[in-house]
Amino acid sequence: MSDLVEPAIGRSKTSFINDPKVRSIGLQLIALVLVVFLGWMFVDNARQNLAAQKIATGFGFLDNTAGFGISQTLVPYSETSTYGRAFLVGLLNTLLVAVVGIFFATIIGFFVGIGRLSKNFVVRLLSTIYVEVIRNLPPLFQILFWYLAVLSAMPSPRQSINLLGEVFISNRGIIVPRPVFEAGTGYVLWSFGAALLVVIVLHYWSRERRAETGRGLPMLPIGLGLMIVVPFIAMALTGFPISLERPELKGFNFVGGVRVIPEFVALTVALATYTGAFIAENVRAGIQSVSHGQTEAAHSLGLRNGHTLRLVVIPQAMRVIIPPLTSQYLNLTKNSSLAVGIGYPDLVAVFAGTTLNQTGQAIEIIAITMGVYLVLSIITSVIMNVYNKRVALVER
Amino acid sequence: MSLTFDDGTFIRSELVTPLPPPIRNVGIIGWMRENLFSSVLNTLLTLFGLALLILIVPPMVRFALIDAVWTGENREACLDPGVGACWPFIRAKFAQLIYGFYPIEERWRPNIVFAAGAILLVPLLVPSWPMKRLNALLFFVVYPIIAFILLTGGNIDASSFLFQRFGLIQPITGDASIAGVNIAFWADFVLTALVAAALVGGIIGLIGGNALSAGRAVLLAFAAFGVLVLAWDIDFGLRPVETRQWGGLLVTLVIAVTGIVASLPLGILLALGRRSQMPIVRLLSIVFIEFWRGVPLITVLFFATYMLPLFLPQGANPDGLLRALVGVALFSAAYMAEVVRGGLQAIPKGQYEGAMAVGLTWSQMMRLIILPQALTLVIPGIVNSFISLFKDTTLVLIVSIFDFLGQLRASFTDPNWATPVTLYTGFAFAGIVYFLFCFGMSRYSLFVERRLNTSHRH
Repeated sequence: MSDLVEPAIGRSKTSFINDPKVRSIGLQLIALVLVVFLGWMFVDNARQNLAAQKIATGFGFLDNTAGFGISQTLVPYSETSTYGRAFLVGLLNTLLVAVVGIFFATIIGFFVGIGRLSKNFVVRLLSTIYVEVIRNLPPLFQILFWYLAVLSAMPSPRQSINLLGEVFISNRGIIVPRPVFEAGTGYVLWSFGAALLVVIVLHYWSRERRAETGRGLPMLPIGLGLMIVVPFIAMALTGFPISLERPELKGFNFVGGVRVIPEFVALTVALATYTGAFIAENVRAGIQSVSHGQTEAAHSLGLRNGHTLRLVVIPQAMRVIIPPLTSQYLNLTKNSSLAVGIGYPDLVAVFAGTTLNQTGQAIEIIAITMGVYLVLSIITSVIMNVYNKRVALVER
Repeated sequence: MSLTFDDGTFIRSELVTPLPPPIRNVGIIGWMRENLFSSVLNTLLTLFGLALLILIVPPMVRFALIDAVWTGENREACLDPGVGACWPFIRAKFAQLIYGFYPIEERWRPNIVFAAGAILLVPLLVPSWPMKRLNALLFFVVYPIIAFILLTGGNIDASSFLFQRFGLIQPITGDASIAGVNIAFWADFVLTALVAAALVGGIIGLIGGNALSAGRAVLLAFAAFGVLVLAWDIDFGLRPVETRQWGGLLVTLVIAVTGIVASLPLGILLALGRRSQMPIVRLLSIVFIEFWRGVPLITVLFFATYMLPLFLPQGANPDGLLRALVGVALFSAAYMAEVVRGGLQAIPKGQYEGAMAVGLTWSQMMRLIILPQALTLVIPGIVNSFISLFKDTTLVLIVSIFDFLGQLRASFTDPNWATPVTLYTGFAFAGIVYFLFCFGMSRYSLFVERRLNTSHRH
């Protein structure tokens, strides 16, 4: 191109404000100045407002005594603990709901997603109704429904519903037996770990053998058997160090056992069913994305239905399912902040709610709360990117 | 041609009529054998599913229709043991669920807003209807202004602009006003517009640009802004209604519609910024989008409620609903930006190159070639994000704005209607309302998707 006739050097005909380079630099400068000005204005206003309201800035308040109780604490906490401790309790409660919710949402999602593609009309109908109804109702509505209409309507502890003689459901929550660990528990845990290790090694060995000879081991019964039988033998040998403390009705309430508060149950059930419906749609889309030719090819190679699904369809479907699945997990974690609507002591309720009201440190507290969720979402997206890179199609 | 054999061999000369398929393989029986009872597992699933349906559906129908109470004045009507839904409760609370505590004699105003919204929205949604551009302009620009004036009562005092600060005009005009419009303010406004236009035009002209068109652009911008302010400023004689009195479905719809109207243009700008060649603009857009997408809406609402007032000048104390609206708009703009970006990425490069080759400027290219295609492509995505926005409006009840769900929750505490079935009736009604809105939107999105045929099904 360069040996084409260049226009006369010197003044070009167009004005320099029409030069794309000048324009782009000018625009960016304007944008930057605007943002900096806005930021400066916010900071300046905030400083003046805080001075006027006599609020001290800084994170020193985290060491002050909180003075309020929290209904569910995973780490030791009392009213004399600090706000920092309250933050930790709230964060752990959020993570607890997220982890339990994700676990159940995944199970629900996979079953319903496969059910949506079932040849069985009744199963398909039920799955479709489930997905359409749940997805089209606001999550907060569902949380309130479970909390107010289902769990609060449970009988009082005296008439609580008894499952298997061990679990009691009442309007005070769900009471389950508490495992008590005595000396020798270590051996049982070690034996469980050893069994797990053996199962993992066996799994890889079986996979290799299948690749070579076409015959693998029936891993599901072997694995489950090993993981149940070995710890059981260990328990028997050490004289059953793990026992269950059964809840007992004394007067108007239960003594012993672990009480799962109704707020936790309502939140977890609502989030798991809500997110499960979305995961079901992702699973369905993922399975549908695997072309039918793959199934036919697998059948013609002589793979049975189960093997076709497990070895051919699902690995390919996972590639499509995983990215939206992680964003659903993230959504569930973010939606767990709806806990504040029913008073479950999660991060937002404890920290951005009670602590903010008590200390008035709006800027610090909201920044920390938002920061926590941002960090969670960044971690998730990093993990997702790594996974995506691993499973992405290697194209020629 | 017919074959004949002498040795008595028999050859059939016509086909046997085929036997009908075995009765077990066709018709209803065949379908059931194929789909419901093909294996032991399948049979078990069918029976289990049927049991579940029988467990769920008849009790629900009995509760909502057969055993339901339809008439009554207070809780006495619904106290009998074993009664179903207490519909009189909904009838008694209906106005509260729709309007909140909006003054009864002023409820014609939200009614007009509802009706106008429906009248403008329906033709916008029917693809074959003509005049889409005018319709969109009416719905996205004119309608919000009218709705704002009707709902709040308008007549917001516009008192001082640029020169007024220095007390330049007041002495000349005094406090004269026409229909609630302050003359001094408007003299100030026009003066400011002229000065700004002259200034910008002058600078552009000095560095070699087109001074006239620059000045005209500034004047146009001022004129548009002026019309907006004037609309708010004129006293239509409507009684002002504070947003604290709004509630129910009205607030739900106000938040949802404001969210979509504000988030669409903002989202388009952000999406363009994110795909821009300019590093600073791109970085700012990415940070903005990822920040809002990374935090839950509740924290955004807390931010808007507790933190935003600190960032504004002292004395500026924006209305509670307005603060929530700002939060919701920013939040949904970030999601909208990602939807629009998806559409922009789906436009083949040839479209950009073609537009540049015929000599269009960047804004012409975007306005005339790229965005129309990109936006049409992502209508389903836009509708989907509107659905989640609609569902998210319920969250405002946490910052004490009583939307539909908030009013419902408040109505549960009325001792006049304290019955064992009140709670379930309320949830059933609200569930039906939310479901109808969201399901309707999702069906519409599917319909558009099918019509555009953007999904590639085998």
